[in-house]
Amino acid sequence: MAEATAVAPELRPLVPHLTLGATREEDYLNGSVCKNCGTKYVGPRLFCGKCSSAGPFETVKLASTGELHVFTIIHQATPYVEAPYIAAIVDLDGGGSVNTNIVGIEPKPENLKFGMKLKMFTEKVSEDKEGNSYVAYRFTPA
Amino acid sequence: MREVAIIGVSMIKFGRYADRDFSQLAAQAGLEALKDAGVEMKQIEALYSGNLYATSGSGQRILQQMGQTGIPVVNVSNACATGSTAFREAYFAVASGAYDIAMAVGSEQMGKQGLLGSRGDPATSLEGRVGSYMMPAVFGMAGMEHSRQYGTKQEHFALASVKNHFHSTQNPLAQYQKESPLDEVMNARVISYPNTLLMCCPTGDGAAAAILCSMEKARQFTAQPLKVAASVLTSDPYTDRTLTLPDINTLTRNAAKIAYEQAGIGPQDLSQVELHDCFATAELLHYENLGLCGDGEAAAHVASGAPWIGNKIPTKYQEDVAPFQDKTYQPKTTAVVNASGGLLSKGHPLGATGVANIAEIVFHLRGQAGGRQVEGSKIGLAHVIGLGSACTINIIQK
Repeated sequence: MAEATAVAPELRPLVPHLTLGATREEDYLNGSVCKNCGTKYVGPRLFCGKCSSAGPFETVKLASTGELHVFTIIHQATPYVEAPYIAAIVDLDGGGSVNTNIVGIEPKPENLKFGMKLKMFTEKVSEDKEGNSYVAYRFTPA
Repeated sequence: MREVAIIGVSMIKFGRYADRDFSQLAAQAGLEALKDAGVEMKQIEALYSGNLYATSGSGQRILQQMGQTGIPVVNVSNACATGSTAFREAYFAVASGAYDIAMAVGSEQMGKQGLLGSRGDPATSLEGRVGSYMMPAVFGMAGMEHSRQYGTKQEHFALASVKNHFHSTQNPLAQYQKESPLDEVMNARVISYPNTLLMCCPTGDGAAAAILCSMEKARQFTAQPLKVAASVLTSDPYTDRTLTLPDINTLTRNAAKIAYEQAGIGPQDLSQVELHDCFATAELLHYENLGLCGDGEAAAHVASGAPWIGNKIPTKYQEDVAPFQDKTYQPKTTAVVNASGGLLSKGHPLGATGVANIAEIVFHLRGQAGGRQVEGSKIGLAHVIGLGSACTINIIQK
């Protein structure tokens, strides 16, 4: 039997709809467009739940800017997350909606406006037992 | 398809039963429903068991407590609509002519598990890192969509809690029977804006059961069988953001349309509604989804007094509610909403909820609802929504 070789820790996207580049500035959100019906999905797709086809799908780069659709301010969070924080749905410019955290702004309802312009950035958010790091995207006021 | 009647129901008091397991809770509910119907276990031809956390063999385990008669058992899991989906399966089993008498039982033992959806592997969980997927977040944002569209205030959502907690004081089966004036609801700690602690339903344990029978045979058991006038289930159709923020509105609207057609009635004919107020925000959305008021009128509707028992704001709350009333608003429907106290007070043991809502309607149609009785109730609608998503509407008629 071959000896187990040490695997170098990896940098991984926390979600499949985030594509990592060589630097954090080159990270982007990916999407899929159904060539049969034109529906734009966030992340990879094999099948289209709107037109019941197998596409095919064209992989596209989604915008890193968008606007605030709705938000909530979470005061009671899961144990490893600091509260309060802003959870939101952001409509990306050019199509696609994502779940995200909004940071760089005090989490109070009066600081948020429906439709406000936002821009994306990415950062390392966690590490697993094997030493692999995970990168997530966040939004901040544009 | 033939007419189906409800001939027996039961609901055990929702709460904490740390010393019992779900099958014992369910068996208690089942045996009480049999007694209520005047039917023996050996007369039940099929069992439909709704339970979310013990999906594999929940119904068989209930029969081990209640009577192993060897009948067919179907175990149902459909998010928060689990119990009501089991009811609908029992309805079809009888409507189709396959069986004359069937039982639907919903049960759940949740324990004190904290916020639904808050668990995950700290290394790879998205929760709190790529937005939030917890139920409080989803329903907080669903409420904010209504605010975005119509300017609905946090106080308007809070009024649903004031109402339902007020109703609960007359429901001995509710997990909580405590009133909460508007300032108390508003000043409670925020869980997920705009919902405060008193605008979120509690987790808990519970069970409820219903006995369904063909209408032609029902009169052997009761002088007043109650007709299942509609039994509808929908899932969420594709809408622009439904994969990001579950759309709880479209599937409810679709279900309501079908249910009103099946029953041959409109929302103005309803005496009462038990709707899925897992959070106070949800209650207002569903006023509009079920056609109890027009789009954008939910805030005015709750503040008008129409969905309160007696169709008016109780005297002691009138001063609190006055600033949020729209004096020009005329309610088009008088259905009392969540006379039971709703999930906000009654509790929400997931699998039990859908059957319990139906039991509540039955109590009122029979005039057995005590201090919370909706006077002269003739037609009631029970609505449940489970994220994922599933929506059931059952209309029960005298």
